[in-house]
Amino acid sequence: MSQHQSPRGLTRRELLKSGVAAGAAFVVGSGFVLHSREAWAMETKALAPATMATLIQMARDIYPHDRVPDQYYAIAVKGYDTSEAAPAIEAGVAALDAAAQGMGHASYLATPWERDRVDILRSMEGGPFFQTIRGGLVTGLYNNKEVWPIFGYEGESYSEGGYINRGFDDISWL
Amino acid sequence: MAAPFDLNDDSVVVIIGTGAGGGVLANELAQKGVSVVALEAGGRYLPEDYINDEWESFGQLAWLDPRTTSGDWRVAKDFSGLPAWIVKAVGGTTVHWAGASIRFQEHEWKAKTTYGDVAGANLLDWPIDAAEMAPWYEKAETKLGVTRTGGRAGLPGSNNYKVFEAGARALGYKEVHTGRMAINSADYDDRMACQQTGFCFQGCKWGAKWSAAYTDIPRGEATGNLEVRERAHVARILHDASGKVTGVEYFDKDGTLQMQKARIVCVAGNSFESPRLLLNSASSMFPDGLANSSGQVGRNYMRHTTGSVYAVFDKPVRMWRGTTMAGIVQDEARHDPSRGFVGGYELETLSLGLPFMAAFLDPGAWGREFTSALDGYENMAGMWIVGEDMPQETNRVTLNHEVKDQYGLPVVDVHFDDHPNDVAMRNHAYRQGVAIYEAVGATRTFPTPPYPSTHNLGTNRMSENPRDGVVNKWGQAHDIANLFVSDGSQFTTGAAENPTLTIVALAIRQADHIAREMGKGAL
Repeated sequence: MSQHQSPRGLTRRELLKSGVAAGAAFVVGSGFVLHSREAWAMETKALAPATMATLIQMARDIYPHDRVPDQYYAIAVKGYDTSEAAPAIEAGVAALDAAAQGMGHASYLATPWERDRVDILRSMEGGPFFQTIRGGLVTGLYNNKEVWPIFGYEGESYSEGGYINRGFDDISWL
Repeated sequence: MAAPFDLNDDSVVVIIGTGAGGGVLANELAQKGVSVVALEAGGRYLPEDYINDEWESFGQLAWLDPRTTSGDWRVAKDFSGLPAWIVKAVGGTTVHWAGASIRFQEHEWKAKTTYGDVAGANLLDWPIDAAEMAPWYEKAETKLGVTRTGGRAGLPGSNNYKVFEAGARALGYKEVHTGRMAINSADYDDRMACQQTGFCFQGCKWGAKWSAAYTDIPRGEATGNLEVRERAHVARILHDASGKVTGVEYFDKDGTLQMQKARIVCVAGNSFESPRLLLNSASSMFPDGLANSSGQVGRNYMRHTTGSVYAVFDKPVRMWRGTTMAGIVQDEARHDPSRGFVGGYELETLSLGLPFMAAFLDPGAWGREFTSALDGYENMAGMWIVGEDMPQETNRVTLNHEVKDQYGLPVVDVHFDDHPNDVAMRNHAYRQGVAIYEAVGATRTFPTPPYPSTHNLGTNRMSENPRDGVVNKWGQAHDIANLFVSDGSQFTTGAAENPTLTIVALAIRQADHIAREMGKGAL
């Protein structure tokens, strides 16, 4: 996973020093987003790093799972970091920030309470930007096999001979 | 003459589609020595090709050609380009089906007589009945190896079934069991027993579930009387000046238009493609489409009154382990208008993997109300509602001339509005489903909206009187003697039962009729 690696060979400490804190967990610098708590960083190519950080936070606020790290939300929205997708995403995030400012916050990412961020999202949920991000997450987040174990889902079992001898009827609490 | 057959061979029966109707018909005719060319729009996938991953398999098997939707059903909003979840492959939707194989109840063949006039419903009695169909059902059950019929044992109960059964028994339901399933509980007919692997919807990698793809199709081909042409998309059925059909035009795998001559044409493309083909075959002689003097082609679209109920418990269920459909409650399948609706419904366990649960539990929903439900995925149990819906003339498959498919042919628009009877039945079923799970300690329940349709019925319906429908009691077009409909679109009414067993029984019966009439020189 490329975003586990520090970009441009910088140490995490150096990155933290060079970046600007954005929201609770993100540090954005020149061409990268760093997650201070989960200790990963991702380079951005077409999107402004602050835009990517906002997008990751937005993804979590749309489908919040407290046991799922931000890393998987980042993977789910990473595909928007292309020159084709970037203009619409930048415009969408700018509108998101404008909506946040309309509700008295500095930006979406600087809005500390999820409840308030959800209010901002609700004001935009009928629009194409929100629906594109939400629709993409349905597969981008939940079809990531690395996420499945967090939900207990085991995926395919054919390679192990099915569940005939591995607990298809092992319920004990009824 | 043995397969492969010449394009100019006008002695062959051409069958369009190779699923439960077309695939079975093709084999049954081939076994009787009839020469058959089966044209299948999709490719051929066998158990070793099936993918036990929901989205990847969907990309491999699902019919994804463009379609449009309208009407008040939620599918038109949430899945506007995907009114049905059916398969485009050799074997058709028998690759995907869950395997539930139950006969119609006696009264369901006579819906109009039994239910009386229902405002807004275009009810009609079938021109056949339970006594007529009993021997054909028996042949179908033997072919499919249906459990709990013919001395075959039932499947063992999975975790999802055990939760469902305990709740159903607590409510006093009596007809509760692991179903009559076309999934082997023991080795049968050269197919092995079920290994409780899940992913029945994605094609059974063990071949334990019956599918025409690896039973009827290769057996028909082995006779030398059946040629299956894959990736052959039929565009039009042709006819002569006397009004008899003479062949079909189709796009072959390279996109080249071909013409196959035929003695008889049988349409079995499921309830969207079959009427679409008849409508797209309009000519100066038949300006409203083939076999459409009644105006009923495409009308009376039925999809069963479906819905699901999922529930979260405080301990694990792991519903995905084992067969996708693992059991049934049949007590509500009776006709009992005191419940506030005519007809009845079955409750059948169902499970989805996490990716499809995220897509289908509450399409479009977001935020913690939704995600906290998925957080309980491991502790979740699920069931599906299958009830009889009312045929309505305005629930209809029409040609959408604004949208063309990859061959430039108009696609179908599928219009569906719930009938008040459908809504009353679904709400009753939601209440009963919720009560089943609450009886065994569910902490939260989810009455889940219908998915894109898997049971698509009625758009070329069977009728005694040519005025009321498209085909007669043999599935033969009222208007054109050598044109047949061989899939679920010939259903007069939908009954409460999963349709595949009835489609197979009708196909076996139709093969017998066609071969007999050919032998007499009547066709």
